Amino acid sequence: MSDIKKFMYLNRRAPYGTIYAWESLEVVLIGAAFDQEVSLMFMDDGVFQLVKGSDTSASDMKNFLPTYRTLGDYGVRHMYVDKASLEARGLTSDDLIEVAWEDFETEEEVDNIVEPVDADQVAQLMAESEVVFSF
Amino acid sequence: MADLHTVNKSPFEKNSLEAAIKFSQAGSAILLIEDGVYGAMKGTAAEGMVKDAMGDKKVYALKSDLMARAIKDDRLIDGIEVVDYAGFVDLVEANDKVQAWL
Repeated sequence: MSDIKKFMYLNRRAPYGTIYAWESLEVVLIGAAFDQEVSLMFMDDGVFQLVKGSDTSASDMKNFLPTYRTLGDYGVRHMYVDKASLEARGLTSDDLIEVAWEDFETEEEVDNIVEPVDADQVAQLMAESEVVFSF
Repeated sequence: MADLHTVNKSPFEKNSLEAAIKFSQAGSAILLIEDGVYGAMKGTAAEGMVKDAMGDKKVYALKSDLMARAIKDDRLIDGIEVVDYAGFVDLVEANDKVQAWL
C-alpha cells in the first residue's frame, strides 16, 4: 500500500482548439489502472473543459464531456476548479458538469466531486501532491 | 472594401484578439473561430475590449465552434453575429483579403 502516490493532473488549456485536454483525459484513464490517489485541477482556460452543454455535431470532433462524467468510476476522487479562473470567464459552478463518485467496496458515495477552490487551496493541494502532470 | 481578420486563439491565453483589434482599421470584419470564440462571451475579462472594438468594426463568431464550446446565444456579447461555414465563405468573398491572427 505504501506504493500509492498522490497524483495531480493539472489542466490549463481549453478543450477542442488544441490536443492538450484530450491527451490529459487519455492519461488519466490509463493511469486509473495503477490504483493511485488521483485528483484533477482545472485552472485558466482549463475550466472551459468542464462547461456543460457542449455540442460537437457540427464540428466533426468527439465530445468528451460524457467521458469526464465517468471519471469517478476510474478512481478520480477530486476535480478541483480554480474560482478566479471561473470568474474571469463569466462562469459559475452552475455552468459546470457534475461528476459522481462511488467506492464500490465500501459503497461510500459522493454526488459531485467537482469543487471550486480559491488560490490558497489550489497552491496547498498542488504542494501536497507527490506527482503533478501538466497539460 | 476592407479586410477580414480571423482569430483562433483564446483571449485569456494569447493576445491574438487584442492584436487583431489594435492593428485592424475601422470597417474591418473580425471573425472568431476555434478557441477564438471565447472572445465572444459575455461577462468575461475580455468583454470590454471586444465591445470597444465593435464601435467601428463588425465582429462575427463561427457557429460550429460556439456549439462545441457550449457558448449559447444568451451567452454572446450583444451585436456579435453568428455565421456558419457558408457565412464564413461569404465574409471571405466580401472582403479584400483574409488576415489570420494565430
